Amino acid sequence: MADIILEMKSITKEFPGVKALDDVNLVVERGEIHALIGENGAGKSTLMNVLSGTYPAGSYTGEIYYNGELCQFKTLKDSEAKGIVIIHQELALIPLLTIGENMFLGNEKKNKKGYIDWDMTYNEAEKHMRQVGLNESAQTLIKDIGTGKQQLVEIAKAFSKNVKLLILDEPTSSLNDEDARMLLDLLIEFKKNGLTSIIITHKLNEIIYCADKATIIRDGSTIETLVKGVDEFSEDRIIKGMVGRSMDDRYPAREHKVRPEIGLEVKNWTVHHPLYHEKVVDNNVSFKVHKGEVVGFSGLQGAGRTELAMSIFGRSYGSNISGELYLNGEKVDLRTPEQAIRHKLAYVTEDRKVNGLILGESIRFNTTLARIDKVCSGGVIDTTAEKNVAEEMTVAMGTKTPSIEQKVGNLSGGNQQKVLLGKWMFTEPDVLILDEPTRGIDVGAKYDIYCLINQMVEDGKSVIMISSEMPELIGMCDRIYVMNEGELKGELDAKEATQEQIMGYIISAGEQ
Amino acid sequence: MSEKKEIQGAASFDLGAFLTKYSMVIALVIVFILFYFLTGGRLLYAQNMSNLLLQNGYVLVMACGMLLCILTGGNIDLSVGSVICMVGGVAAVMINNMGVNIYLTILLCLVLGLAAGVWQGYWIGHVRIPPFITTLGGMFIFRGIGRLVLDSKTVPVQDAAFLNIFTAYIKIPGLDTDTRILSPLVVGILAVVVIFYTTISSRANKAKKGYRQNSAVTDFGRSALISAAVLAYCYLLSQYKGISVMLVWVVVICLIYHFITSKTAFGRYFYAVGGNEKATQLSGINTNKVYFIAYANMGLLAGLCGLLCLARVGSVNGSTGTSFEMDAIGSCFIGGASAYGGSGTIPGVIIGALLLGVINMGMSIMGIGDSWQYVVKGGVLLVAVIFDVVSNRKSGK
Repeated sequence: MADIILEMKSITKEFPGVKALDDVNLVVERGEIHALIGENGAGKSTLMNVLSGTYPAGSYTGEIYYNGELCQFKTLKDSEAKGIVIIHQELALIPLLTIGENMFLGNEKKNKKGYIDWDMTYNEAEKHMRQVGLNESAQTLIKDIGTGKQQLVEIAKAFSKNVKLLILDEPTSSLNDEDARMLLDLLIEFKKNGLTSIIITHKLNEIIYCADKATIIRDGSTIETLVKGVDEFSEDRIIKGMVGRSMDDRYPAREHKVRPEIGLEVKNWTVHHPLYHEKVVDNNVSFKVHKGEVVGFSGLQGAGRTELAMSIFGRSYGSNISGELYLNGEKVDLRTPEQAIRHKLAYVTEDRKVNGLILGESIRFNTTLARIDKVCSGGVIDTTAEKNVAEEMTVAMGTKTPSIEQKVGNLSGGNQQKVLLGKWMFTEPDVLILDEPTRGIDVGAKYDIYCLINQMVEDGKSVIMISSEMPELIGMCDRIYVMNEGELKGELDAKEATQEQIMGYIISAGEQ
Repeated sequence: MSEKKEIQGAASFDLGAFLTKYSMVIALVIVFILFYFLTGGRLLYAQNMSNLLLQNGYVLVMACGMLLCILTGGNIDLSVGSVICMVGGVAAVMINNMGVNIYLTILLCLVLGLAAGVWQGYWIGHVRIPPFITTLGGMFIFRGIGRLVLDSKTVPVQDAAFLNIFTAYIKIPGLDTDTRILSPLVVGILAVVVIFYTTISSRANKAKKGYRQNSAVTDFGRSALISAAVLAYCYLLSQYKGISVMLVWVVVICLIYHFITSKTAFGRYFYAVGGNEKATQLSGINTNKVYFIAYANMGLLAGLCGLLCLARVGSVNGSTGTSFEMDAIGSCFIGGASAYGGSGTIPGVIIGALLLGVINMGMSIMGIGDSWQYVVKGGVLLVAVIFDVVSNRKSGK
């Protein structure tokens, strides 16, 4: 007889005019890691919000049994009191407070007089931090530790709330492979001590690695639950469940037609940190990209890839930048992003919400922003022409939207990424730097983006692709550079490259 | 989830959306009708209606500049009241005490206002001192300079030529005589023609390019309503002295800034910076320059206001312009500008300023004291912003 910790029965949740969840069932056994998968917008987060009481009982139909008992959570506090803790994708930590302060925020350790007892706070905090293997002082500020450790702080915080059922919403989306693996190992470790976890993730290899069961949700309904050891438990099988069709080739085929001309070449590029001028972020990097070529940059987070790209793009990062930059064989000195755009260089940021798009504005507004002069005469915007190009770009990118006047913030991640790509295609670049172009978007949208990249190189553009997902680089690129700690450590032909080889370059670099 | 929200958003394009969009216009109409009855109809007397725009002209001019500052990220300029005092003081001293040519005076005073703006714009845009601090400093500095120039006295200006440039009523020979003023009606009819011409040509243009457009009822209905308001106002003006030069200044400034914010590339940069400064920077736009221009421009407009105020009041003293900046800021926020930047329009700001103006005037006619006017103004500001925030939250933006 299985020991069921949680059973959600025929949950239906409606928003005005739309059914977000339709008769969803979820059964979780005690002490298992249960993965919840589905494309963006499938309803995973809604389901977890129903469970945690973010959507209070009564706003949905269906029943939740926790430890065999019917629960009607009205607020987040109700569910936390029962030991259900949810950790959201965007970490809810305050950068300028210490780890200890963050851990007991809203739940402060007080002495008898009602003052905060700081000694007890930090002592308790460090106790929980040790549970998750975090060897920092609890008085360290959150801003001074990396994202990987911040994620651990969140988990330690969950332990301080005496967690029984831990829900992680995309816990590894902002982590590099190494940190992500550590986090998953930690979950497996906790499982042995009886902790139950529900993990929402897009990274299928992680599910294969750590999950015991996987429930697939599509369009607000549960499709199936796969059990490791019973059903076929592979990436292809899961994708088939998610998209409702099998996706034999995750990377669209492309004829590799690398031209001999060089689109962009960088020689002896050195970049220093913008605030700490003596710290070298990129050290003596030299590389080149041919026309019609996709060149990948692999490496761990903090390897200096984004910094390299941004410093090339009109010195938008760093200080004391030295080195030579050639575009189409011509030496150029790009001092501002504007000059970079004029020289037909485009940088598509890894963080579309913070550095890429203006979320409160329309698709039209965002599409033309980087080259608004193209739809202007004498500084006055030709509204008709602007609408025209926005419509064209929306079609070309395959953005799904009711209208070009839609606010970008209301689009799904995949569609936002397409708007961002469209914005930079509108600048008519010869060289595109794509920084994590498929981060946090679903399988279907990823495929569309890959097709767009193929189209770009077919048109003779040079593409630099920075990605933390090695299979993606191997599947899409012609050549791959590996970076570690600000230096170029290796160069591989993508046809022969394997994940082990790339890892090998990174690790051997670390040992030196 | 987000994709489902989109569909929902598209479907709810209905009366609710209409009411939200025009909520402030509706509020203005309601407040107007309310005070019409409370004042026993005196609000609508030609003299009062004419004064409504003249009294609030300086607010409208300042608010146009303030909107640009607010668009960049909810930043405000606290120094405008002091700049008005400084520029007004310099102008009064130059004309009254030194007898300088008035055109030269006007030019120099506008340059002085611009210089004050450039000073602040440099620190805010290029050195990145927070606008609140910079303009708080400016508020003290310019007020002090103003008092130094005035030597702590009240300086009057009686130069007819100077006053005529700002406050005279326009008399067109042939149309206007002492007993019969026709020019406002002519201007009103011309305005109506322009409004309908713009509507028709824009619809024709859209039809030619095959774009989606509003129903004819919506477009022409809106034009008809605006035309009716313009005509009614012009009729009232013709009943009382006609069109003031001040009104021309105000209308021209509003039109220019409406054009800049809605039609030009540079105007769009203000929205972009307020929406997401980092993304704007990476789109190749010099955001330092955007801040700089916003504050330099505010200085120029404050300088113009200094002259307008001087001409309207006829004198200037050390406390002229005190808390004027608050009226401008209030108008922007009541008119729907976001306190976080990135959204707001000139028509909205005009509605906001008029709403404040009608409340002021209505209460004055009713003989309600200054103190209560402050209480009501503050309440209106708060209610307007609360309404804005709550209705945005409901629609999930």
